[in-house]
Amino acid sequence: MSGINWRGVGAIFHHEMMRFFRTIWQSLASPVLSTVLYFVVFGAAIGGRIQSVEGVEYGAFIVPGLMMLTVLQQSVSNASFGIYFPKFSGTIYEYLVSPVGWVEVTMGFVGAAAAKALLIALVILVTSFAFVGVHILHPFWMLAFLTLSALGFSLLGFIIGLWAKSFEQLQIVPMMVIMPLVFLGGAFYSASMLPPFWESVAKLNPVLYLISGVRWSFFGLADVPVGVSLAAVGLMVLICLAIIRWIFATGWRLRD
Amino acid sequence: MAAIIEIDRLSKEYGSGTKALDNVSMSIDEGEIIALLGPNGAGKTTMISIICGLVVPTGGTVRVGGHDIRTDWRAARRLIGLVPQEIALEPFEKVINCVRFTRGLYGMPPDEAYIERILRALSLWDKRDAATRELSGGMKRRVLIAKALAHQPRVLFLDEPTAGVDVALRREMWEVVADLRREGVTIILTTHYLEEAEQMADRIGVIAKGRLLLVRPTAELIGEFGRKTLTIELDQPLQAIPAGLQGRGLGLSDDGRRLSFDYDTRAERTGIARLLGDLAAQGISVRDVSTRQSSLEDVFLSLVSEEAA
Repeated sequence: MSGINWRGVGAIFHHEMMRFFRTIWQSLASPVLSTVLYFVVFGAAIGGRIQSVEGVEYGAFIVPGLMMLTVLQQSVSNASFGIYFPKFSGTIYEYLVSPVGWVEVTMGFVGAAAAKALLIALVILVTSFAFVGVHILHPFWMLAFLTLSALGFSLLGFIIGLWAKSFEQLQIVPMMVIMPLVFLGGAFYSASMLPPFWESVAKLNPVLYLISGVRWSFFGLADVPVGVSLAAVGLMVLICLAIIRWIFATGWRLRD
Repeated sequence: MAAIIEIDRLSKEYGSGTKALDNVSMSIDEGEIIALLGPNGAGKTTMISIICGLVVPTGGTVRVGGHDIRTDWRAARRLIGLVPQEIALEPFEKVINCVRFTRGLYGMPPDEAYIERILRALSLWDKRDAATRELSGGMKRRVLIAKALAHQPRVLFLDEPTAGVDVALRREMWEVVADLRREGVTIILTTHYLEEAEQMADRIGVIAKGRLLLVRPTAELIGEFGRKTLTIELDQPLQAIPAGLQGRGLGLSDDGRRLSFDYDTRAERTGIARLLGDLAAQGISVRDVSTRQSSLEDVFLSLVSEEAA
């Protein structure tokens, strides 16, 4: 790793984080407001009619799902916007002519996107304490799952940003793919609550494994074995890295 | 002086079969200023883009400071700064942060004193905290130059640095380039303004249809390819060119007061002495004579039209 231009990685990371801090209140207000609304609707209004899920109070049960919803949405949108904006403004040339390769560019952008998503997820966790009593059984594993998920989906967002040719394309994948996957991935329910056929279908959804892993770190409850969850997110990271490497090697959507 | 850039049989062919660059070889010495001239689509920007890493060549090699741009690209790129043709800046970022960012991207440690020096040299210091979108076009171009210099490169590429800027700013840019030259920075610029090349460049390369037609010292190029025009102001106007002077390519102005005579500076006998003698013999008295060297524009047009023919 001695050939890595670490200062280059730091410059990209710092630049991206500064953008986040320039608009810190906008960055935080929107996800926090959404979370409060989810708690009001799902926790209080609907949750009031559901006593508990697998022994956990429903309001608390949805906290891991809400955090994952935020992590996945924020990771994808931060990373995709981060790399798309230089393409849009024309400043992408700087990354192509400077002594940084795909490893440094990816580490800088994806690292920053994941860090922002994690920060917001932690703010949401703190917000949830105002609504429900949450006890985290395995805090280390919670952070590990959140971090791996943030990295995996930041990598996916990075690919979306590299692929996108317009702001519309930038929006469409998170809206059409990520959101449904999260909702169908058990953010607000346990897969075991589904009829057997639909439970099998739900297990084809990669997000289920991530949410299940985080929920296990909170309550020790999981829809799928924790090892499978870890393997799923690890596989996702590897596939995304391979795609990004290919994009930089060929210059697809990067070089004219 | 040692060569800092060595280009050997560089080619770029696109999938469609278009040859953007065809077997170009040249060597650029450290500290010199080279102007690349050529019509639109000649291959100038392609050449710069390959050396800087924006375009992948299909053949040939380039070494910058002894480092191959493909196999030792990190070391090669650390030596290069690029000012692109199009103005591309992050609109919401402060000027000084843009420059700091580029320095970091090139792996250089922070150096606020150096950044202050280049911002002052480019008259940007007072605007250091302004967002780039608040700047005029000329100021934005200076920011691009400041960014390109942020990592103290030994070679600076300026792709049409004065395109679209007014005359006053163009002259300021020339001064910036002159200052950089004094600091020993090697500069390769492309331009459409032939006056610019003529004034600034030590050598000029002419590119057309992807081929490097020549690279010569500026003065030598103008001298060698140049023709001069002798203008003779007459005391009394002539109705027509006298019979004894016809057949020598003389021209007569509409008012009959000036004769013009084109001659080749390289010719052993230019024919000037004989012409003046013949005028005196015919009783035509001369009030004044002047000569005009053909400009680089004339040279350039003649080279490119020869290539097209």
